Amino acid sequence: MLEVKNLHVSVGGRKILDGLNLTVKDGEVAAIMGPNGTGKSTLSYVIAGREDYEVEEGEVLLDGVNILEMDATERANAGVFLAFQYPLEIPGVATMTFLKAALNAQARAKGQGELQTPEFMKKVREAAQKLGVAQDMLKRPLNVGFSGGEKKRMEILQMALLQPKIGILDETDSGLDIDALRIVADGVNALRAQDRSFLVITHYQRLLDYIKPDTVHVMARGKIARTGGPELALELEKSGYAAFTGEAA
Amino acid sequence: MNKPILQRARTEAETALIERFDQGDRRLVGATDLRAAAMQRFADAGLPNRRVEAWHYTDLRGAMRTAALARAPDTATLPLARQCLAKPLAQTNAHRFVIFNGAYNEELSSDGAPPAGVTVSSLASALAVGDADVLDVLKADTPGTGDAIVALNTALMQDGVVIRVAPGAKVERPLAILNLMTGGFAQAAFLRSILIVGAGASIMLDEATAVCMPDATQANEALTVVVGDGARVDYAAQVAEQGANSVALHSLFVTMGANAQFNGFCLVPTAGLVRRQIFARLEGEHSTISLGGLSLLRGKEHSDTTLVIDHAVPNCVSREFFRHILDHEATGVFQGKVVVRQHAQKTDGGMKSQALVLGEDASMNNKPELEIFADDVVCGHGATVGQLDKNQIFYLQARGLSRGEAESLLLEAFANEALDLVADEAVRARFAGQTDDWLAHRSGR
Ligand SMILES: Nc1ncnc2c1ncn2[C@@H]1O[C@H](COP(=O)(O)OP(=O)(O)OP(=O)(O)O)[C@@H](O)[C@H]1O
Ligand SMILES: [Mg+2]
Repeated sequence: MLEVKNLHVSVGGRKILDGLNLTVKDGEVAAIMGPNGTGKSTLSYVIAGREDYEVEEGEVLLDGVNILEMDATERANAGVFLAFQYPLEIPGVATMTFLKAALNAQARAKGQGELQTPEFMKKVREAAQKLGVAQDMLKRPLNVGFSGGEKKRMEILQMALLQPKIGILDETDSGLDIDALRIVADGVNALRAQDRSFLVITHYQRLLDYIKPDTVHVMARGKIARTGGPELALELEKSGYAAFTGEAA
Repeated sequence: MNKPILQRARTEAETALIERFDQGDRRLVGATDLRAAAMQRFADAGLPNRRVEAWHYTDLRGAMRTAALARAPDTATLPLARQCLAKPLAQTNAHRFVIFNGAYNEELSSDGAPPAGVTVSSLASALAVGDADVLDVLKADTPGTGDAIVALNTALMQDGVVIRVAPGAKVERPLAILNLMTGGFAQAAFLRSILIVGAGASIMLDEATAVCMPDATQANEALTVVVGDGARVDYAAQVAEQGANSVALHSLFVTMGANAQFNGFCLVPTAGLVRRQIFARLEGEHSTISLGGLSLLRGKEHSDTTLVIDHAVPNCVSREFFRHILDHEATGVFQGKVVVRQHAQKTDGGMKSQALVLGEDASMNNKPELEIFADDVVCGHGATVGQLDKNQIFYLQARGLSRGEAESLLLEAFANEALDLVADEAVRARFAGQTDDWLAHRSGR
């Protein structure tokens, strides 16, 4: 599904990703944990196609195709979905208008006709209900004035509608209350499938209690420092990152 | 008469305009003294240029090298005129007054009597009979009288519409003044319309200027609105279509009585060179004036909105909100001056100009000013010039929208916040449609 090979990325002359390698198999849920500022969000942005990063070396392959050549739109249409750590507020654009534009863009990319409005409304209503997103939120401008938790739910709502090949969740758990965490995790679990993978970036074991990962990667200083099973996350809870950052060594 | 300090050689355009007046055009009926005095003011000042403070960003002397001539109305072009009028220029149910190639044209105007409470005549006929109300309005020393373009308009005004609304008349059906200039030849028109709204009356007026203007055409239009005590006027203007090297000048004068309301909005979805100037005076207490605008410019288009709001009495509210979207090498200008006289206490004034500059060679010139002589007022202004937010565009692209679609969505949102000022739903929808056309053209949809 996703292969990141020897990825070197810098921003404004500063090296952030330093030869990162990572493989996520079909249907796999991989968790990434790691200290603040280690480059987790950078990795997710580079995969999603944000500009301003200098990719100095390496490849990102989605089903064997190097997506680094594509712009963000093409990557989204190829099946990459990033649930942002900080979702953007878009004043003046009603959430519904935005969702429709996104779904229509996807339909066009697949060579399908645009969705009829009643069909679209039904889809959105159902998905919103499952994620506890109030109907009136859909009428408001996208993310404007939404609480931190509401923004995160909206990200997952979008993912549920767009049905990507790979969903990258960048700290989707931060800002969610205990109940919302379960609702959102259920939403993600419902999307788990043989042909859909997830990269779950988080600081806390709690999310991984709900979204059970197949693999856990520890990222430190711009690369994957260790890979293990779900037990690795529990180990980190106890011992922290000292062993990986080199600072305590 | 003020003599210019520097004697400059007259430009070809200035000479042509002065000669035209001196030779006497038989269509310039009535108001002889007024015209002569105005022409003298114009001759002294010349075409506005950068040294005139109010024209700092629009050098008309440079832009208007030659003066186009007014043409006699030409019936051969009537079918073309009808085509132009089929465009969405005003509310569909409006009673329309059409000025065609410089003259009020009954044939193209709406059939039947205007709505109850409204009386209408052409400016030319009002001047011919020396209509006292009309002459009073023209003689009034309002802000803007000293402007050279206004002087030129007064000197050379050919025709226009004079509309009187009876006191207390609540006119439901909108009125529309459409200035149509077509026929495929360059020409000039000097038009002056007057709307006098009686106490307690209310009216909606649409105005479309520069409709189907061919290349190198020049329009100098002025509209005076007298808002009586307790009256309400909703005014929606649009610049329709301008050929290359065209000049569309428009001066709006608003004088307001007490407890009156004026809401004005102008859409500029295309421009050769557009200059819209507004001179408003609040003369009665507890009145509110709200002025808004949206200019969508591309290519080398140039649009200038310059306004002066004069708070002459206490307890009035003024609001100005103008937005520009500037693509390619377009130029936007907003100059706003709010004057609060010494005794105009409790004035509440707010002015905002915001622009999105898309083209690398596009530019926005903002000059908001407050001249406050009273001490108990709340007045503020803000002017911003920015670009589309890269992070927002990335977010939208990450959801599958193309870059063009992402930009269109953000631009539409920016435009809509200005269009929200338009109270009437049908007008707002018409303007939104034109905005959408502009955006579609931009993204090649
Ligand atoms: N545009 C930028 N300019 C300069 N430095 C940047 C830029 N973007 C990211 N960085 C730096 O890159 C490093 C990695 O940032 P990133 O956001 O990827 O970390 P993270 O692992 O997601 O951290 P957190 O756990 O706090 O979310 C940080 O030191 C950050 O300051
Ligand atoms: Mg991060």
